[in-house]
Amino acid sequence: MSAVETQIDGRETTDELLTLNFGPHHPATHGVLRLLVTLQAEVVRDIKPIIGYVHTGIEKTAEDKSYWKVIPVVERMDYLAYYFNAMAYIGAVETLVGVEVPKRAQYLRVIHLELNRIASHLIWLGTSALDLGAVSIFLYCLREREMILDLFECSSGARMHTRYFQVGGVIEDIPASFAPKLREFLAIMPQRADEYGAILNSNEIVLARLRGTCPLDAETLLGLGVTGPLLRAAGNPWDLRKAAPYSSYDDFEFKIPVGTVGDNYDRFAVRLAEIYESVRIIEQALDGLPEGAHITEDRKVALPPRHELATSMEALIHHFKLVTEGFRVPPGEVYNAIESPRGELGCYVRSDGSSKPARVHMRDPSFVNLQALAPMSRGSYIADMIATTAMLDPILGGIDR
Amino acid sequence: MPDATGLELIRQELGDAVLDTVFFRDRATLIVDPPGIRGVLEQLRAQGYSFMASLHGVDYYPQEPRLGVIYELLDMRRVDRITVKLRVHSDAPTVESVTEDWPTANHQEREVYDMFGVLFDGHPDLRRILMPEDYEGHPQRRDFPIGGEPVIFTRDEAKWLEARQ
Repeated sequence: MSAVETQIDGRETTDELLTLNFGPHHPATHGVLRLLVTLQAEVVRDIKPIIGYVHTGIEKTAEDKSYWKVIPVVERMDYLAYYFNAMAYIGAVETLVGVEVPKRAQYLRVIHLELNRIASHLIWLGTSALDLGAVSIFLYCLREREMILDLFECSSGARMHTRYFQVGGVIEDIPASFAPKLREFLAIMPQRADEYGAILNSNEIVLARLRGTCPLDAETLLGLGVTGPLLRAAGNPWDLRKAAPYSSYDDFEFKIPVGTVGDNYDRFAVRLAEIYESVRIIEQALDGLPEGAHITEDRKVALPPRHELATSMEALIHHFKLVTEGFRVPPGEVYNAIESPRGELGCYVRSDGSSKPARVHMRDPSFVNLQALAPMSRGSYIADMIATTAMLDPILGGIDR
Repeated sequence: MPDATGLELIRQELGDAVLDTVFFRDRATLIVDPPGIRGVLEQLRAQGYSFMASLHGVDYYPQEPRLGVIYELLDMRRVDRITVKLRVHSDAPTVESVTEDWPTANHQEREVYDMFGVLFDGHPDLRRILMPEDYEGHPQRRDFPIGGEPVIFTRDEAKWLEARQ
Protein backbone atom coordinates (compact mmCIF):
# COMPACT_ATOMS: atom_id res chain seq x y z
CA MET A 1 0.00 0.00 0.00
CA SER A 2 2.95 2.34 -0.43
CA ALA A 3 1.92 3.98 -3.66
CA VAL A 4 -1.65 4.76 -2.76
CA GLU A 5 -3.20 7.24 -5.10
CA THR A 6 -4.71 9.93 -2.93
CA GLN A 7 -6.70 11.55 -5.67
CA ILE A 8 -9.55 10.04 -7.61
CA ASP A 9 -11.12 12.28 -10.23
CA GLY A 10 -9.36 15.23 -8.64
CA ARG A 11 -10.93 14.70 -5.26
CA GLU A 12 -8.97 13.83 -2.15
CA THR A 13 -9.74 10.41 -0.77
CA THR A 14 -8.85 8.78 2.46
CA ASP A 15 -6.43 5.93 2.89
CA GLU A 16 -9.20 4.03 4.56
CA LEU A 17 -9.84 0.61 3.07
CA LEU A 18 -13.21 -1.03 2.80
CA THR A 19 -13.65 -4.77 2.47
CA LEU A 20 -16.61 -5.66 0.36
CA ASN A 21 -18.04 -9.11 0.08
CA PHE A 22 -19.11 -9.58 -3.50
CA GLY A 23 -21.16 -12.70 -4.18
CA PRO A 24 -21.49 -15.68 -3.97
CA HIS A 25 -25.01 -14.98 -5.20
CA HIS A 26 -24.57 -12.05 -7.48
CA PRO A 27 -25.61 -11.94 -11.13
CA ALA A 28 -22.34 -10.38 -12.24
CA THR A 29 -20.15 -13.19 -10.92
CA HIS A 30 -21.38 -15.61 -13.60
CA GLY A 31 -21.99 -18.37 -11.10
CA VAL A 32 -21.47 -19.02 -7.45
CA LEU A 33 -18.24 -17.08 -7.11
CA ARG A 34 -17.42 -15.02 -4.06
CA LEU A 35 -14.94 -12.18 -4.29
CA LEU A 36 -13.50 -10.51 -1.23
CA VAL A 37 -12.74 -7.09 -2.62
CA THR A 38 -10.63 -4.53 -0.83
CA LEU A 39 -11.66 -1.07 -1.91
CA GLN A 40 -10.22 2.36 -1.41
CA ALA A 41 -13.18 4.56 -2.22
CA GLU A 42 -14.15 3.09 -5.61
CA VAL A 43 -10.74 1.77 -6.53
CA VAL A 44 -10.03 -1.93 -6.24
CA ARG A 45 -6.89 -2.59 -4.24
CA ASP A 46 -7.07 -6.33 -3.89
CA ILE A 47 -9.31 -9.27 -4.73
CA LYS A 48 -9.41 -12.65 -3.07
CA PRO A 49 -11.56 -15.13 -4.94
CA ILE A 50 -13.27 -17.65 -2.68
CA ILE A 51 -14.46 -20.72 -4.53
CA GLY A 52 -15.75 -24.19 -3.84
CA TYR A 53 -19.46 -23.46 -3.48
CA VAL A 54 -20.38 -25.85 -6.28
CA HIS A 55 -17.66 -28.40 -5.65
CA THR A 56 -19.27 -31.73 -6.44
CA GLY A 57 -16.31 -34.06 -6.21
CA ILE A 58 -16.47 -35.11 -9.84
CA GLU A 59 -12.83 -36.18 -9.85
CA LYS A 60 -13.51 -38.44 -6.87
CA THR A 61 -16.69 -39.83 -8.44
CA ALA A 62 -14.78 -40.62 -11.61
CA GLU A 63 -12.47 -42.95 -9.69
CA ASP A 64 -15.46 -45.14 -8.85
CA LYS A 65 -16.72 -45.60 -12.39
CA SER A 66 -15.46 -47.63 -15.31
CA TYR A 67 -13.72 -45.63 -18.01
CA TRP A 68 -16.64 -45.17 -20.36
CA LYS A 69 -19.05 -44.28 -17.54
CA VAL A 70 -16.80 -41.40 -16.52
CA ILE A 71 -17.62 -39.53 -19.74
CA PRO A 72 -21.04 -38.17 -18.66
CA VAL A 73 -19.60 -37.23 -15.28
CA VAL A 74 -16.71 -35.16 -16.55
CA GLU A 75 -19.00 -33.51 -19.11
CA ARG A 76 -20.74 -31.80 -16.21
CA MET A 77 -17.64 -29.92 -15.03
CA ASP A 78 -17.54 -26.98 -17.38
CA TYR A 79 -21.22 -27.00 -18.23
CA LEU A 80 -20.94 -24.72 -21.25
CA ALA A 81 -18.18 -26.71 -22.90
CA TYR A 82 -19.27 -30.30 -22.35
CA TYR A 83 -17.88 -31.61 -25.60
CA PHE A 84 -14.49 -30.25 -24.63
CA ASN A 85 -14.47 -31.95 -21.25
CA ALA A 86 -15.36 -35.22 -22.91
CA MET A 87 -12.72 -34.70 -25.59
CA ALA A 88 -9.93 -33.99 -23.10
CA TYR A 89 -10.79 -37.05 -21.06
CA ILE A 90 -11.35 -39.34 -24.02
CA GLY A 91 -8.13 -38.18 -25.65
CA ALA A 92 -6.22 -39.20 -22.54
CA VAL A 93 -7.92 -42.60 -22.37
CA GLU A 94 -7.36 -43.20 -26.07
CA THR A 95 -3.68 -42.44 -25.64
CA LEU A 96 -3.49 -44.87 -22.72
CA VAL A 97 -5.29 -47.64 -24.61
CA GLY A 98 -3.56 -46.81 -27.89
CA VAL A 99 -6.73 -46.85 -29.99
CA GLU A 100 -6.99 -45.39 -33.50
CA VAL A 101 -9.88 -43.03 -34.11
CA PRO A 102 -11.39 -43.23 -37.63
CA LYS A 103 -11.08 -40.09 -39.74
CA ARG A 104 -14.84 -39.62 -39.96
CA ALA A 105 -15.14 -39.68 -36.19
CA GLN A 106 -12.37 -37.08 -35.90
CA TYR A 107 -14.21 -34.78 -38.32
CA LEU A 108 -17.50 -35.30 -36.51
CA ARG A 109 -15.75 -34.44 -33.28
CA VAL A 110 -14.35 -31.25 -34.78
CA ILE A 111 -17.82 -30.22 -36.00
CA HIS A 112 -19.31 -30.71 -32.55
CA LEU A 113 -16.39 -29.13 -30.72
CA GLU A 114 -16.57 -26.00 -32.83
CA LEU A 115 -20.36 -25.80 -32.55
CA ASN A 116 -19.89 -26.06 -28.81
CA ARG A 117 -17.26 -23.32 -28.91
CA ILE A 118 -19.74 -21.03 -30.67
CA ALA A 119 -22.46 -21.93 -28.16
CA SER A 120 -20.13 -21.20 -25.26
CA HIS A 121 -19.03 -17.89 -26.76
CA LEU A 122 -22.66 -16.94 -27.35
CA ILE A 123 -23.51 -17.47 -23.69
CA TRP A 124 -20.43 -15.51 -22.74
CA LEU A 125 -21.39 -12.69 -25.10
CA GLY A 126 -24.98 -12.55 -23.92
CA THR A 127 -24.24 -12.63 -20.19
CA SER A 128 -21.30 -10.24 -20.48
CA ALA A 129 -23.37 -7.77 -22.43
CA LEU A 130 -25.95 -7.94 -19.63
CA ASP A 131 -23.27 -6.84 -17.18
CA LEU A 132 -22.23 -4.04 -19.49
CA GLY A 133 -25.69 -2.58 -19.87
CA ALA A 134 -26.74 -4.07 -23.20
CA VAL A 135 -29.72 -6.20 -22.28
CA SER A 136 -31.33 -7.14 -25.57
CA ILE A 137 -28.31 -8.97 -26.97
CA PHE A 138 -28.72 -11.75 -24.41
CA LEU A 139 -31.94 -12.84 -26.10
CA TYR A 140 -30.36 -12.70 -29.54
CA CYS A 141 -27.47 -14.87 -28.41
CA LEU A 142 -29.75 -17.45 -26.89
CA ARG A 143 -31.65 -17.57 -30.18
CA GLU A 144 -28.55 -18.75 -32.05
CA ARG A 145 -27.53 -21.02 -29.21
CA GLU A 146 -30.92 -22.68 -29.52
CA MET A 147 -30.08 -23.60 -33.11
CA ILE A 148 -26.87 -25.24 -31.92
CA LEU A 149 -28.63 -27.13 -29.17
CA ASP A 150 -31.15 -28.36 -31.73
CA LEU A 151 -28.24 -29.64 -33.80
CA PHE A 152 -26.85 -31.45 -30.76
CA GLU A 153 -30.27 -32.94 -30.18
CA CYS A 154 -30.36 -34.03 -33.79
CA SER A 155 -27.04 -35.87 -33.60
CA SER A 156 -27.25 -37.33 -30.12
CA GLY A 157 -30.75 -36.94 -28.70
CA ALA A 158 -29.65 -34.63 -25.89
CA ARG A 159 -29.28 -30.88 -25.92
CA MET A 160 -26.67 -30.58 -23.21
CA HIS A 161 -24.24 -33.11 -21.75
CA THR A 162 -24.77 -35.23 -24.79
CA ARG A 163 -22.31 -38.05 -24.19
CA TYR A 164 -21.80 -38.10 -27.92
CA PHE A 165 -18.05 -38.70 -27.84
CA GLN A 166 -16.99 -42.19 -26.95
CA VAL A 167 -13.61 -43.81 -26.55
CA GLY A 168 -12.64 -44.66 -30.12
CA GLY A 169 -15.04 -42.34 -31.93
CA VAL A 170 -18.57 -41.04 -31.57
CA ILE A 171 -21.59 -43.03 -30.41
CA GLU A 172 -23.61 -42.71 -33.60
CA ASP A 173 -23.24 -41.36 -37.09
CA ILE A 174 -25.07 -38.12 -37.81
CA PRO A 175 -28.60 -38.53 -39.18
CA ALA A 176 -29.46 -37.41 -42.72
CA SER A 177 -31.16 -34.24 -41.48
CA PHE A 178 -28.08 -33.02 -39.66
CA ALA A 179 -26.07 -31.66 -42.58
CA PRO A 180 -28.84 -29.48 -44.10
CA LYS A 181 -29.68 -28.08 -40.67
CA LEU A 182 -26.03 -27.38 -40.01
CA ARG A 183 -25.63 -25.58 -43.36
CA GLU A 184 -28.62 -23.44 -42.52
CA PHE A 185 -26.97 -22.48 -39.24
CA LEU A 186 -23.60 -21.84 -40.88
CA ALA A 187 -25.24 -19.46 -43.34
CA ILE A 188 -26.95 -17.51 -40.57
CA MET A 189 -24.28 -17.40 -37.89
CA PRO A 190 -21.73 -15.03 -39.53
CA GLN A 191 -24.51 -12.54 -40.34
CA ARG A 192 -25.72 -12.66 -36.78
CA ALA A 193 -22.19 -12.24 -35.47
CA ASP A 194 -21.89 -9.19 -37.73
CA GLU A 195 -25.04 -7.83 -36.13
CA TYR A 196 -23.71 -8.40 -32.61
CA GLY A 197 -20.49 -6.68 -33.51
CA ALA A 198 -22.41 -3.78 -35.00
CA ILE A 199 -24.72 -3.44 -31.98
CA LEU A 200 -21.97 -3.57 -29.38
CA ASN A 201 -19.37 -1.58 -31.30
CA SER A 202 -21.79 1.30 -31.59
CA ASN A 203 -22.87 1.14 -27.97
CA GLU A 204 -21.14 4.02 -26.19
CA ILE A 205 -21.57 2.52 -22.73
CA VAL A 206 -20.14 -0.84 -23.70
CA LEU A 207 -17.17 0.74 -25.43
CA ALA A 208 -16.46 3.07 -22.52
CA ARG A 209 -16.48 0.16 -20.14
CA LEU A 210 -14.29 -2.07 -22.32
CA ARG A 211 -11.74 0.14 -24.02
CA GLY A 212 -8.51 0.49 -22.11
CA THR A 213 -9.83 -1.11 -18.94
CA CYS A 214 -7.80 -3.63 -16.97
CA PRO A 215 -5.12 -4.58 -19.50
CA LEU A 216 -2.50 -7.16 -18.61
CA ASP A 217 0.58 -7.98 -20.65
CA ALA A 218 1.22 -11.41 -22.12
CA GLU A 219 4.25 -12.13 -19.95
CA THR A 220 2.34 -11.73 -16.68
CA LEU A 221 -0.50 -13.78 -18.11
CA LEU A 222 1.88 -16.60 -19.02
CA GLY A 223 3.35 -16.55 -15.54
CA LEU A 224 -0.14 -16.93 -14.15
CA GLY A 225 -0.80 -19.83 -16.50
CA VAL A 226 -3.49 -18.00 -18.43
CA THR A 227 -4.28 -19.39 -21.88
CA GLY A 228 -7.03 -19.09 -24.44
CA PRO A 229 -8.72 -15.90 -25.61
CA LEU A 230 -7.32 -13.94 -22.66
CA LEU A 231 -3.75 -14.67 -23.71
CA ARG A 232 -4.51 -14.16 -27.38
CA ALA A 233 -6.07 -10.79 -26.57
CA ALA A 234 -2.67 -9.75 -25.22
CA GLY A 235 -1.09 -10.56 -28.58
CA ASN A 236 0.27 -14.06 -28.02
CA PRO A 237 -1.18 -16.32 -30.73
CA TRP A 238 -0.97 -19.51 -28.67
CA ASP A 239 -3.68 -21.93 -29.70
CA LEU A 240 -3.37 -25.67 -29.23
CA ARG A 241 -5.49 -26.31 -32.31
CA LYS A 242 -2.65 -24.84 -34.37
CA ALA A 243 0.35 -25.52 -32.15
CA ALA A 244 -0.31 -29.16 -31.34
CA PRO A 245 -3.20 -30.26 -33.57
CA TYR A 246 -5.38 -33.07 -32.30
CA SER A 247 -8.41 -34.70 -33.93
CA SER A 248 -7.33 -33.64 -37.46
CA TYR A 249 -7.34 -29.90 -36.76
CA ASP A 250 -4.33 -29.64 -39.09
CA ASP A 251 -6.63 -30.46 -42.04
CA PHE A 252 -8.47 -27.18 -41.71
CA GLU A 253 -7.55 -23.68 -42.59
CA PHE A 254 -8.32 -21.05 -40.00
CA LYS A 255 -6.80 -18.00 -38.44
CA ILE A 256 -6.07 -17.25 -34.82
CA PRO A 257 -7.51 -13.86 -33.87
CA VAL A 258 -5.17 -11.90 -31.62
CA GLY A 259 -5.48 -8.58 -29.83
CA THR A 260 -2.94 -5.83 -29.44
CA VAL A 261 -3.06 -4.28 -25.97
CA GLY A 262 -4.84 -6.95 -23.97
CA ASP A 263 -7.57 -4.78 -22.49
CA ASN A 264 -11.18 -5.81 -22.05
CA TYR A 265 -12.08 -4.67 -25.54
CA ASP A 266 -9.47 -6.99 -27.06
CA ARG A 267 -10.82 -9.87 -25.00
CA PHE A 268 -14.25 -9.14 -26.38
CA ALA A 269 -13.06 -8.70 -29.96
CA VAL A 270 -10.96 -11.87 -29.97
CA ARG A 271 -13.87 -14.04 -28.86
CA LEU A 272 -16.23 -12.45 -31.34
CA ALA A 273 -13.71 -13.07 -34.14
CA GLU A 274 -13.30 -16.69 -33.02
CA ILE A 275 -16.95 -17.32 -33.82
CA TYR A 276 -16.25 -16.64 -37.51
CA GLU A 277 -13.21 -18.92 -37.49
CA SER A 278 -15.21 -21.71 -35.87
CA VAL A 279 -17.82 -21.36 -38.61
CA ARG A 280 -15.05 -21.67 -41.20
CA ILE A 281 -13.71 -24.82 -39.57
CA ILE A 282 -17.16 -26.43 -39.44
CA GLU A 283 -17.76 -25.61 -43.10
CA GLN A 284 -14.51 -27.27 -44.11
CA ALA A 285 -15.16 -30.29 -41.88
CA LEU A 286 -18.65 -30.73 -43.28
CA ASP A 287 -17.50 -30.39 -46.89
CA GLY A 288 -14.62 -32.78 -46.42
CA LEU A 289 -16.40 -35.24 -44.14
CA PRO A 290 -14.86 -38.58 -45.12
CA GLU A 291 -16.85 -41.76 -45.50
CA GLY A 292 -16.20 -44.65 -43.19
CA ALA A 293 -16.80 -45.84 -39.69
CA HIS A 294 -17.83 -43.41 -36.97
CA ILE A 295 -16.25 -45.46 -34.21
CA THR A 296 -13.30 -47.80 -34.00
CA GLU A 297 -13.72 -51.43 -35.04
CA ASP A 298 -11.90 -52.49 -31.89
CA ARG A 299 -14.65 -54.31 -30.00
CA LYS A 300 -12.60 -54.35 -26.84
CA VAL A 301 -13.31 -50.65 -26.27
CA ALA A 302 -16.33 -49.82 -28.47
CA LEU A 303 -19.78 -51.35 -28.24
CA PRO A 304 -20.74 -53.64 -31.16
CA PRO A 305 -23.59 -52.44 -33.40
CA ARG A 306 -26.95 -53.38 -32.02
CA HIS A 307 -27.98 -55.64 -34.93
CA GLU A 308 -24.96 -57.89 -34.41
CA LEU A 309 -26.14 -58.90 -30.96
CA ALA A 310 -28.93 -61.03 -32.38
CA THR A 311 -26.65 -63.08 -34.61
CA SER A 312 -23.15 -63.07 -33.16
CA MET A 313 -22.23 -64.74 -29.89
CA GLU A 314 -18.93 -62.88 -29.84
CA ALA A 315 -20.67 -59.52 -30.16
CA LEU A 316 -22.93 -60.47 -27.28
CA ILE A 317 -19.94 -61.33 -25.09
CA HIS A 318 -18.22 -58.08 -25.96
CA HIS A 319 -21.38 -56.14 -25.25
CA PHE A 320 -21.85 -57.87 -21.92
CA LYS A 321 -18.23 -57.33 -20.85
CA LEU A 322 -18.26 -53.66 -21.83
CA VAL A 323 -21.54 -52.87 -20.16
CA THR A 324 -20.84 -54.73 -16.93
CA GLU A 325 -17.13 -54.36 -16.27
CA GLY A 326 -15.95 -51.95 -18.95
CA PHE A 327 -12.61 -52.26 -20.69
CA ARG A 328 -9.31 -52.51 -18.93
CA VAL A 329 -6.64 -49.94 -19.59
CA PRO A 330 -2.90 -50.64 -19.46
CA PRO A 331 -1.22 -49.01 -16.45
CA GLY A 332 0.29 -45.62 -17.05
CA GLU A 333 -0.23 -41.89 -16.74
CA VAL A 334 -1.13 -39.44 -19.46
CA TYR A 335 -1.78 -35.72 -19.60
CA ASN A 336 -3.78 -34.66 -22.62
CA ALA A 337 -4.46 -31.02 -23.40
CA ILE A 338 -6.93 -29.47 -25.83
CA GLU A 339 -8.01 -25.92 -26.59
CA SER A 340 -11.33 -25.23 -24.91
CA PRO A 341 -13.25 -21.94 -25.35
CA ARG A 342 -11.45 -20.71 -22.24
CA GLY A 343 -7.94 -21.99 -22.81
CA GLU A 344 -5.92 -25.10 -22.23
CA LEU A 345 -8.16 -27.83 -20.90
CA GLY A 346 -5.90 -30.63 -19.75
CA CYS A 347 -6.92 -34.02 -18.49
CA TYR A 348 -4.61 -36.19 -16.48
CA VAL A 349 -5.58 -39.84 -16.22
CA ARG A 350 -3.70 -42.43 -14.24
CA SER A 351 -4.53 -46.04 -14.85
CA ASP A 352 -3.58 -48.88 -12.52
CA GLY A 353 -4.54 -51.58 -15.01
CA SER A 354 -8.11 -52.06 -13.82
CA SER A 355 -11.31 -50.97 -15.52
CA LYS A 356 -11.64 -47.84 -13.38
CA PRO A 357 -9.30 -44.86 -13.56
CA ALA A 358 -7.09 -44.45 -10.49
CA ARG A 359 -7.07 -40.68 -10.89
CA VAL A 360 -8.76 -38.22 -13.19
CA HIS A 361 -7.75 -34.60 -12.93
CA MET A 362 -8.99 -31.78 -15.07
CA ARG A 363 -6.79 -28.77 -15.47
CA ASP A 364 -9.69 -26.46 -16.00
CA PRO A 365 -8.80 -23.17 -17.69
CA SER A 366 -11.36 -21.21 -15.64
CA PHE A 367 -9.71 -22.34 -12.41
CA VAL A 368 -6.28 -21.18 -13.51
CA ASN A 369 -7.47 -18.03 -15.30
CA LEU A 370 -9.31 -16.85 -12.20
CA GLN A 371 -5.94 -16.08 -10.61
CA ALA A 372 -5.50 -13.31 -13.16
CA LEU A 373 -8.55 -11.41 -11.94
CA ALA A 374 -6.69 -9.69 -9.09
CA PRO A 375 -3.67 -8.51 -11.13
CA MET A 376 -6.02 -7.34 -13.90
CA SER A 377 -8.35 -5.34 -11.70
CA ARG A 378 -5.93 -3.91 -9.14
CA GLY A 379 -6.02 -0.13 -9.34
CA SER A 380 -9.15 0.07 -11.45
CA TYR A 381 -12.68 1.05 -10.55
CA ILE A 382 -15.05 -1.52 -9.18
CA ALA A 383 -17.24 -1.14 -12.26
CA ASP A 384 -14.27 -2.14 -14.40
CA MET A 385 -13.80 -5.18 -12.23
CA ILE A 386 -17.33 -6.26 -13.19
CA ALA A 387 -16.44 -5.87 -16.84
CA THR A 388 -13.20 -7.79 -16.29
CA THR A 389 -15.01 -10.64 -14.56
CA ALA A 390 -17.34 -10.81 -17.53
CA MET A 391 -14.46 -10.82 -20.02
CA LEU A 392 -12.62 -13.43 -17.97
CA ASP A 393 -15.52 -15.78 -18.70
CA PRO A 394 -15.23 -17.95 -15.59
CA ILE A 395 -17.44 -21.03 -15.45
CA LEU A 396 -17.86 -22.03 -11.85
CA GLY A 397 -18.78 -25.60 -12.66
CA GLY A 398 -15.33 -25.92 -14.15
CA ILE A 399 -13.57 -24.03 -11.39
CA ASP A 400 -15.04 -26.05 -8.55
CA ARG A 401 -15.51 -29.36 -10.34
CA MET B 1 7.84 -34.00 -26.80
CA PRO B 2 11.49 -34.83 -26.32
CA ASP B 3 12.12 -38.34 -27.62
CA ALA B 4 13.54 -41.07 -25.39
CA THR B 5 17.13 -40.02 -26.14
CA GLY B 6 16.36 -36.36 -25.58
CA LEU B 7 14.87 -37.23 -22.22
CA GLU B 8 18.06 -39.01 -21.18
CA LEU B 9 20.11 -35.99 -22.28
CA ILE B 10 17.96 -33.71 -20.13
CA ARG B 11 18.44 -36.11 -17.25
CA GLN B 12 22.23 -36.00 -17.63
CA GLU B 13 22.19 -32.22 -17.59
CA LEU B 14 20.09 -32.08 -14.45
CA GLY B 15 22.35 -34.48 -12.59
CA ASP B 16 21.53 -36.18 -9.31
CA ALA B 17 18.24 -34.41 -8.68
CA VAL B 18 16.60 -36.74 -11.19
CA LEU B 19 15.89 -40.18 -9.79
CA ASP B 20 14.36 -41.80 -12.83
CA THR B 21 12.83 -41.18 -16.22
CA VAL B 22 9.72 -42.64 -17.80
CA PHE B 23 8.97 -42.56 -21.49
CA PHE B 24 5.43 -43.74 -22.04
CA ARG B 25 3.17 -43.22 -25.07
CA ASP B 26 5.56 -40.57 -26.45
CA ARG B 27 5.34 -38.58 -23.24
CA ALA B 28 8.47 -37.77 -21.29
CA THR B 29 8.48 -37.76 -17.51
CA LEU B 30 11.27 -36.89 -15.10
CA ILE B 31 10.97 -38.28 -11.60
CA VAL B 32 12.84 -36.00 -9.25
CA ASP B 33 13.99 -35.99 -5.66
CA PRO B 34 11.49 -33.79 -3.71
CA PRO B 35 14.10 -31.42 -2.18
CA GLY B 36 15.52 -30.59 -5.60
CA ILE B 37 12.23 -29.68 -7.26
CA ARG B 38 12.73 -25.93 -7.45
CA GLY B 39 16.20 -26.28 -8.92
CA VAL B 40 15.04 -28.78 -11.53
CA LEU B 41 12.13 -26.59 -12.60
CA GLU B 42 14.41 -23.56 -12.87
CA GLN B 43 16.89 -25.47 -15.02
CA LEU B 44 14.08 -26.68 -17.24
CA ARG B 45 12.83 -23.12 -17.53
CA ALA B 46 16.29 -22.09 -18.73
CA GLN B 47 16.02 -24.80 -21.38
CA GLY B 48 12.83 -23.23 -22.67
CA TYR B 49 10.12 -24.99 -20.67
CA SER B 50 8.90 -21.67 -19.38
CA PHE B 51 5.15 -22.26 -19.07
CA MET B 52 3.67 -24.32 -16.28
CA ALA B 53 0.56 -25.80 -17.81
CA SER B 54 -0.64 -27.68 -14.79
CA LEU B 55 0.21 -28.78 -11.29
CA HIS B 56 -1.77 -31.60 -9.79
CA GLY B 57 -1.64 -34.32 -7.20
CA VAL B 58 -2.00 -38.06 -7.35
CA ASP B 59 -2.22 -40.78 -4.75
CA TYR B 60 -0.36 -44.08 -5.24
CA TYR B 61 -2.01 -45.83 -2.31
CA PRO B 62 -1.09 -48.46 -1.11
CA GLN B 63 2.46 -47.88 -2.34
CA GLU B 64 4.84 -45.67 -0.38
CA PRO B 65 6.01 -42.96 -0.91
CA ARG B 66 2.42 -42.47 -1.63
CA LEU B 67 1.59 -38.90 -2.58
CA GLY B 68 2.70 -37.54 -5.91
CA VAL B 69 2.85 -34.01 -7.22
CA ILE B 70 3.02 -33.56 -10.97
CA TYR B 71 4.24 -30.47 -12.80
CA GLU B 72 3.39 -30.20 -16.48
CA LEU B 73 5.81 -27.90 -18.23
CA LEU B 74 5.45 -26.58 -21.73
CA ASP B 75 7.89 -25.03 -24.15
CA MET B 76 5.77 -22.79 -26.34
CA ARG B 77 8.50 -22.08 -28.90
CA ARG B 78 9.23 -25.71 -29.71
CA VAL B 79 5.75 -26.93 -28.71
CA ASP B 80 7.27 -29.44 -26.40
CA ARG B 81 5.94 -30.80 -23.14
CA ILE B 82 7.73 -32.43 -20.25
CA THR B 83 6.28 -33.84 -17.06
CA VAL B 84 8.10 -33.53 -13.76
CA LYS B 85 6.96 -35.76 -10.98
CA LEU B 86 7.90 -36.21 -7.36
CA ARG B 87 6.64 -38.48 -4.63
CA VAL B 88 6.56 -37.90 -0.91
CA HIS B 89 5.82 -40.16 2.04
CA SER B 90 2.40 -39.65 3.63
CA ASP B 91 4.04 -39.34 7.09
CA ALA B 92 5.93 -36.21 6.10
CA PRO B 93 4.23 -34.88 2.99
CA THR B 94 6.18 -31.67 2.63
CA VAL B 95 7.25 -30.22 -0.69
CA GLU B 96 8.83 -26.88 -1.34
CA SER B 97 6.36 -24.46 -2.88
CA VAL B 98 7.12 -23.17 -6.36
CA THR B 99 4.60 -20.33 -6.21
CA GLU B 100 7.33 -17.72 -6.00
CA ASP B 101 8.82 -18.76 -9.33
CA TRP B 102 5.58 -19.85 -11.00
CA PRO B 103 2.63 -17.68 -9.90
CA THR B 104 0.19 -20.08 -11.56
CA ALA B 105 1.03 -22.69 -8.93
CA ASN B 106 -0.69 -20.67 -6.21
CA HIS B 107 -4.24 -21.98 -6.52
CA GLN B 108 -3.15 -25.34 -7.84
CA GLU B 109 -0.90 -26.04 -4.85
CA ARG B 110 -3.78 -25.08 -2.61
CA GLU B 111 -5.93 -27.61 -4.42
CA VAL B 112 -3.33 -30.34 -4.00
CA TYR B 113 -3.07 -29.50 -0.30
CA ASP B 114 -6.85 -29.54 0.02
CA MET B 115 -7.36 -32.81 -1.81
CA PHE B 116 -4.25 -34.79 -0.81
CA GLY B 117 -2.79 -33.08 2.24
CA VAL B 118 0.56 -32.31 0.67
CA LEU B 119 2.09 -29.37 2.55
CA PHE B 120 3.79 -26.78 0.38
CA ASP B 121 6.59 -25.13 2.28
CA GLY B 122 6.79 -21.41 1.62
CA HIS B 123 3.36 -21.08 0.02
CA PRO B 124 2.02 -17.57 0.74
CA ASP B 125 -1.50 -18.65 1.60
CA LEU B 126 -1.86 -22.38 2.09
CA ARG B 127 -5.53 -22.85 2.90
CA ARG B 128 -8.20 -25.17 1.63
CA ILE B 129 -9.60 -23.96 -1.65
CA LEU B 130 -12.50 -26.20 -2.71
CA MET B 131 -13.57 -27.90 0.51
CA PRO B 132 -14.97 -25.92 3.47
CA GLU B 133 -12.37 -24.49 5.83
CA ASP B 134 -13.40 -26.73 8.74
CA TYR B 135 -13.42 -29.90 6.67
CA GLU B 136 -11.53 -32.85 8.06
CA GLY B 137 -9.50 -35.16 5.85
CA HIS B 138 -8.28 -34.96 2.32
CA PRO B 139 -11.02 -36.34 0.09
CA GLN B 140 -9.07 -37.18 -3.03
CA ARG B 141 -6.87 -39.72 -1.23
CA ARG B 142 -7.55 -43.25 -2.36
CA ASP B 143 -8.43 -44.50 1.13
CA PHE B 144 -10.97 -41.72 1.71
CA PRO B 145 -14.38 -43.32 1.33
CA ILE B 146 -16.92 -42.23 -1.24
CA GLY B 147 -20.26 -41.36 0.31
CA GLY B 148 -21.01 -41.63 4.02
CA GLU B 149 -21.04 -37.87 4.26
CA PRO B 150 -23.97 -36.77 6.47
CA VAL B 151 -26.19 -34.22 4.81
CA ILE B 152 -27.03 -31.58 7.38
CA PHE B 153 -30.44 -30.07 6.90
CA THR B 154 -31.45 -27.05 8.93
CA ARG B 155 -34.03 -29.06 10.83
CA ASP B 156 -31.47 -31.44 12.35
CA GLU B 157 -28.49 -29.12 12.56
CA ALA B 158 -28.82 -28.74 16.33
CA LYS B 159 -28.97 -32.51 16.80
CA TRP B 160 -25.91 -32.96 14.65
CA LEU B 161 -23.91 -30.37 16.54
CA GLU B 162 -24.91 -32.01 19.84
CA ALA B 163 -23.74 -35.40 18.60
CA ARG B 164 -20.40 -33.94 17.61
CA GLN B 165 -19.64 -32.53 21.05
